[in-house]
Amino acid sequence: MKTVLQVEGLAKHFGGIRAVEDVSFEVHEGEILGIIGPNGCGKSTLFNCILGQLTPTSGRVRLDGQDVTGLTPEEMNKRGVSRTFQLLQVFPELSVRENLILAGQEHRGTMLSRLFGPRDAGLTAEADRMIGFFRLGHLADARAGGLSYGQQKLLDAAMAFMAGPRLVLLDEPAGGVNLTMLGDLKERLKVMNAEAGSTFVVIEHNMDFVMSLCTRVVVMAEGKVLAVGTPDEVRANPAVIEAYLGH
Amino acid sequence: MSDIPSFTGNVPSPARSFWRRTDGVLITLLVAAVLLWFVPAGMGRYGTYVLSLWLVTAIAVMGLNLTLGLAGLKSLAQAAFMGIGAYATALLTTKGGMGWLPAFAISGLLTFAVGLVLGFPALRVKAHYLAFVTLAFSTLIWLVLRNEQWLTGGVFGLSNIPRPTLFGMKLDGHLAFHRFVVVVTLILALALWWLIRSPWGRAFLALRENPVRAASLGINIRNYTLLAFAIGSAYAGFAGALYAPLVEFIDPSPFALSASFFLLLMVVAGGSGYQLGPFIGALLGVVLPEYLRVTGGLYLILFAAIVVALLIACPQGIMGLLERGWTAIRRRPAGRNLPVKESAL
Repeated sequence: MKTVLQVEGLAKHFGGIRAVEDVSFEVHEGEILGIIGPNGCGKSTLFNCILGQLTPTSGRVRLDGQDVTGLTPEEMNKRGVSRTFQLLQVFPELSVRENLILAGQEHRGTMLSRLFGPRDAGLTAEADRMIGFFRLGHLADARAGGLSYGQQKLLDAAMAFMAGPRLVLLDEPAGGVNLTMLGDLKERLKVMNAEAGSTFVVIEHNMDFVMSLCTRVVVMAEGKVLAVGTPDEVRANPAVIEAYLGH
Repeated sequence: MSDIPSFTGNVPSPARSFWRRTDGVLITLLVAAVLLWFVPAGMGRYGTYVLSLWLVTAIAVMGLNLTLGLAGLKSLAQAAFMGIGAYATALLTTKGGMGWLPAFAISGLLTFAVGLVLGFPALRVKAHYLAFVTLAFSTLIWLVLRNEQWLTGGVFGLSNIPRPTLFGMKLDGHLAFHRFVVVVTLILALALWWLIRSPWGRAFLALRENPVRAASLGINIRNYTLLAFAIGSAYAGFAGALYAPLVEFIDPSPFALSASFFLLLMVVAGGSGYQLGPFIGALLGVVLPEYLRVTGGLYLILFAAIVVALLIACPQGIMGLLERGWTAIRRRPAGRNLPVKESAL
């Protein structure tokens, strides 16, 4: 199986705090990898180190075997890696459609062609397709800031897919989302994984969500990788039960 | 969200975003330009001068509205950039013997370039620290204008700045020059209208609202920050290039730090981020004080009181107030707090 992302011995220290310590794992093409672990175990810091929001203290990140450690977030995005954040990150002043166009526009043409080209950068159709897919059709022209929390969460996820990325890192997509919408989101992620062949890495606290969505799970505790395996393997691992599931 | 009025049917509401309003902006600009072409016919020399000054100031405010209102970069050097443009044009057209048009272009390019260079600190320092950097720059420019007599004439300034000649037509008369100012203002306003509607405008707004998320969407924060700053500065340069032949004599005082604060006030009072805001803001900042002059020494106090009252009543400026009024008239759920009914997902 082809490896898309490779994390090798990644560490991030904030002064004396070792937020992430010697983390290694691989993400295979077409899989949905879950990352679970208690609050503060370094999951989001790990994402930030992989995607350039933070510079790792040591270790390497490879994309298709190429060293991409320390690249900026925009460079990572240009290489087809996109993400969502734990907290909502839509642009409240823009409409739903404008949010989606914004999420894709920098992948179209050059700076100059964007200035003199069409104002939607030719992305209206793609944005509307995404709006339809996430069932936000009645809200296409509504201001994103006025949407409910769950709807904004869906928009946030949709934005990560606008540029047709090959790898998407989702940081707690299910956080604060009601059960119906959660099922909805899960089905959509599965469909996109199957049809578009996108590879996902998902940080999540909701166990049912992770166990029913992911093909493999990385369990983290206190900044380190505790176990890696299929959902069933992980569930049966005594160390995991001790550190996380048991509580 | 139970207190929100119902959102009828499943017809998408017209978005009240910056982009949807732009067609109204275009019509307003074109109609206003036609009106302003004819209006000063009976106003006499001084009235026409005030109108022209209003438009020239509005150009500088437009630039700052891009930098601050749209991209969220706090600059306190807009008047200094206007000074660079004014002095460059004055020197090029008097000592340099150059025509106005090339001098205008050079003033714009020069302020664009200086804006690019000054924009670099904006990449490292955020919020009020950038304001301090531009504050220092503003003071520096003022000192250069005042002290480098060999170039700028010092406190005596530069005089006999010629008015432009266009296609063999001399624009000496106040009416002819006013119409020229109207045309240049319209062209610059349309260019900005285009820019703000383009993907660049969307990226500038993303820069203001959430740079971290913007970067994760592949938006090149460095390029867009520098461009927002440089284009905003170039508009001040263009304004200066029109200001010099308008007043025909320039000295350092209109380009001091206090003038930069005044331009900032016009952005906020007009409605920060609104495309027509700069015209309203400049109207308030340039024309209102002229009318208040009849009150003698009281006029600055009155002006300050009006601005304070306005900002308490409407922090979004006059354009924000107009939008609220318009929303109330249409009684539709729209505007800054567009309520959206909880969907049935």
